[in-house]
Amino acid sequence: MKYVLMYTSRPDLDANADPEAAQALYKRVYEWFQENGGIMADSGAELLGIETATTVKHGDDGSVVVDGPFNEAKEVIGGFSVIEVADLSAAIEAVKTWPLLDLPGNAVEIRPMVEDYSHMEQ
Amino acid sequence: MTSASPTDGLLGQVLREEAGPLVARLARRFRDFDLAEEAVQSAMVEALTSWRRDGPPDNPAAWLQVAAQRNALDGVRRSSRQRALAERGDSPASATTGTDDRLALLFACCHPALAPEARLALTLRAVVGLTTPQIARAFLVNESTLAQRIVRAKRKIVDAGISLTVPPADQLSERLDDVLAVVYVMFNEGFVASTGATQDRDLAADAVWLAGVVATAAPREPEAWGLAALLTIQHARAAARFDQHGGLVLLRHQDRSRWDHAAIAEGERLIEHAAALRRPGRYQLQAAIAAVHATAQSWEETDWLQIVMLYDVLARLDRSPVVRLNKAVARAQLGAPEEALAELDSLADRLASYHLFHAARAELLTTLGRHDDAREANRTALGLTSNDAERRLLTTRLHSRPLDDGS
Repeated sequence: MKYVLMYTSRPDLDANADPEAAQALYKRVYEWFQENGGIMADSGAELLGIETATTVKHGDDGSVVVDGPFNEAKEVIGGFSVIEVADLSAAIEAVKTWPLLDLPGNAVEIRPMVEDYSHMEQ
Repeated sequence: MTSASPTDGLLGQVLREEAGPLVARLARRFRDFDLAEEAVQSAMVEALTSWRRDGPPDNPAAWLQVAAQRNALDGVRRSSRQRALAERGDSPASATTGTDDRLALLFACCHPALAPEARLALTLRAVVGLTTPQIARAFLVNESTLAQRIVRAKRKIVDAGISLTVPPADQLSERLDDVLAVVYVMFNEGFVASTGATQDRDLAADAVWLAGVVATAAPREPEAWGLAALLTIQHARAAARFDQHGGLVLLRHQDRSRWDHAAIAEGERLIEHAAALRRPGRYQLQAAIAAVHATAQSWEETDWLQIVMLYDVLARLDRSPVVRLNKAVARAQLGAPEEALAELDSLADRLASYHLFHAARAELLTTLGRHDDAREANRTALGLTSNDAERRLLTTRLHSRPLDDGS
């Protein structure tokens, strides 16, 4: 099964993190990607900050371009990976070791990818 | 409500023996848990109708399997995706036994990625062989709400890739916690609600059975044996827990000759089995406490000191306020009602909405001669319980019958 992992954090809480501790964590993140290289399927990405986000959304008189993310949630997506593992439990086991979960406000959302498009072929 | 006929007991036993392994087998064959579960559920409904009318067939298991298989194939014909799979025939033969199948299914139904309230409902349907109306009756919930909850959970199992496998050894204990929690809740729901005559399935008995299945399938997991022991011992008191009017009889007043002493001895044997694995845990300690109660000649002759000591150990493993509440109640029996009341009052913030907290407090207040405060606490407890038998008991208390322990 293929899953997308969406790494989210709370910028308001990240701002309080001790820079040295954060540095150590990023080193562990690097190691984590090396250790889990085997399950990485397609390419993922780390994203620049939420202040760089632009959203194009539906408007009554055609699309509207706005500065900022598409919702007002405190959590923002900082990056994503595409993994391929046997089942959800295997995905959960891998994600549980994600180093940034040591920081308050961090979370990883696991979403299965649509892989079967046979219903479109009829 | 469906009327319970004499064959219902047998029927229920056949269904709970066969349902789980059958769901697991069909799910493997068709690679679709939802389809398999639905097929078995329909077969069970057909069985209930047909067997009640004509009596059970000679080989109920085979009957159920044929019906479920036919339903699954009917379902497949409606879906082209599965047709291809079905035409390929059985997936490679597997060496797993029926018990392993059932355990794998149980782990999927109790998966932490499912909503907690869905885990129990799905377990009851897929593993224990209850129908949706039976579950809705047992929990006094709306049938369509329950059906929705089950549908959502099943879709998630299929779509999110929750597989029907027993977790590897390094994850077994942790995942088993979730399974045991579901079995424990199942027993408690059944134990409080069951008045015997009003239900066509005895949830508490089903939970005792399931706890035994889990322990047998996970023989190196002491908490599985601990839970089996706890439920076996609690269930052994079932016959004495209600009077002939369906009123709840508290431990202190129960006729101990009506307890199932053979089951209590079996429970003690299960505790010893767990203890030999030398990893104490919450369920083992609760079982040990239940065993002290179950082997006492009377309420007065209960070894309260041992119970308090066991609660001390339990409180270190389980910081829930309910454990501290029970410990305080036991300490009061050792002659320290004022200390016990102080301990209870320190839990007030966290247990304000728990009816047994107020019931226990009422008893301590009565012991201390504070009758007005006791009445007030009983009234609060009454307002918080949703269970008929408990409500009747608390009403009786308000009319100043002697107070009790809340067991």
